[in-house]
Amino acid sequence: MRSFTYERAADPVTAARAVAQRQGAKFIAGGTNLLDLMKIEIETPTHLVDVQDLGFDRIEATEDGGLRIGALVTNTDLAADKRVRRDYAVLTRAIVAGASGQLRNKATTAGNLLQRTRCPYFYDPSMPCNKRRPGSGCGAIGGYSRQLAVIGGSDKCIATNPSDMAVAMRLLDAKVETIDPQGATRTIPIADFHRLPGDTPHIETALEPGELITAVTLPKPIGGRHVYEKVRDRASYAFAIVSVAAVIAKDGSGRIAAGGLAHKPWRVEAADTALPQGAKAAATALLAGAQPTPDNAFKLPLVERTIAAALDTARSA
Amino acid sequence: MTRRGVLTAGAAGAVAGGVPVSTSAERREMATMPVRFEVNGKRRELALDPRTTLLDALREHLHLTGTKKGCDHGQCGACTVLVNGVRINSCLSLVVQHQDDKVTTIEGLGTPEKLHPMQAAFVRHDGYQCGYCTPGQICSAVAVLDEIKRGVPSHVQADVTKTARPTNVELRERMSGNICRCGAYSNIAEAMAEVAGAKA
Repeated sequence: MRSFTYERAADPVTAARAVAQRQGAKFIAGGTNLLDLMKIEIETPTHLVDVQDLGFDRIEATEDGGLRIGALVTNTDLAADKRVRRDYAVLTRAIVAGASGQLRNKATTAGNLLQRTRCPYFYDPSMPCNKRRPGSGCGAIGGYSRQLAVIGGSDKCIATNPSDMAVAMRLLDAKVETIDPQGATRTIPIADFHRLPGDTPHIETALEPGELITAVTLPKPIGGRHVYEKVRDRASYAFAIVSVAAVIAKDGSGRIAAGGLAHKPWRVEAADTALPQGAKAAATALLAGAQPTPDNAFKLPLVERTIAAALDTARSA
Repeated sequence: MTRRGVLTAGAAGAVAGGVPVSTSAERREMATMPVRFEVNGKRRELALDPRTTLLDALREHLHLTGTKKGCDHGQCGACTVLVNGVRINSCLSLVVQHQDDKVTTIEGLGTPEKLHPMQAAFVRHDGYQCGYCTPGQICSAVAVLDEIKRGVPSHVQADVTKTARPTNVELRERMSGNICRCGAYSNIAEAMAEVAGAKA
């Protein structure tokens, strides 16, 4: 691990300034992903600003009947919150489908949204990776790409976003609240928060330098069956090959989002519209324009089957 | 000589053999940071390089070598300890982030004379073979039963609004962050079920 200096910030604007003013500075909260990457020197921050004392650790009701989830609420506490379990069960289900108990106890809501891809070429410093070293090329294209993106990729990057939580957040139309080094706040819809790789795969989110996530808000609950189906190589503690988050009403209408397919949680309006016609129609709409590799073309039929499984689970309730 | 003594002597031999190490002058220049926290009920104060993980602070600086380093990347669970009563991977946490925290390691759960009920159950059910993952397994197992009691939901629950029962499937799912290459999983689950049953 490269050496760095460390400070614990006492308020959000001071934290944002500390990161904005210093080349190579980064926020640290739970640190579960950042420290992992620092150990293999894929992340090499020169200064860490610890945000754990900023008090963003509560879940509160909002005026419009939704919830405001503090950026520092742990994955475990978010999944276990009674209101989330009752009204946003798809979020609880997505969170407990990811990582391990130990990691969920430490990982935070904002940190989960900011976790980096698990593309094996990103993790291997001896391989080219436009995300790790912009301009060096993509080892995954033409390489081993079984786990990687089938849609929304570019000729620079076919990495996937590894988060389960983010798929549920996308399904629920969550919003990300931030504060910048000048103290200005803004709200970013989750659909615009994660970027597609395009020509700049190293720029993964809409956040500006030093901009700090303070909370994630959920709109008021939507009725229906909340389902999260995750397909992976072992029954627990593995990243998704394909995952589907869904909220399905009694009449078969609803919404779906998918994980394991793209650089961001994948949601397409036409797929929601097609849902009442069944899994095949929904999958066709969701995957319009897909460009799989020979290694990961199996994900396309798997998406249809995972949607079918989600619809089955919803019906059997 | 203890097993640890042999390992330390081996490492010193490697250094004498020409492996480059930082000189003591370089070490002195390295900026350290103070951290004060409680480990197994004792107040501890250290001044360490900020890169030091909680795991390395426990093992290398406080000489609490019960907590094990397996993968050092949060994938195996051998380093599991309790921080403020909650289990975490101590390898993925900087010790400077634990100012004023209360840490419990395997040494703080029980002693050879007075085993923690989970330790005694592991012995009774043969919940280990080589023993390397065992301290992490036991810390995790103790925390899992507490998480179930506190109503933390899991992936295998049919209804996440309910409080889970400590069934075999529940225990196995919740222990998936602790890998055992000897494959003692069945006996670990039985040890946990016994402790959960005794509590109920």
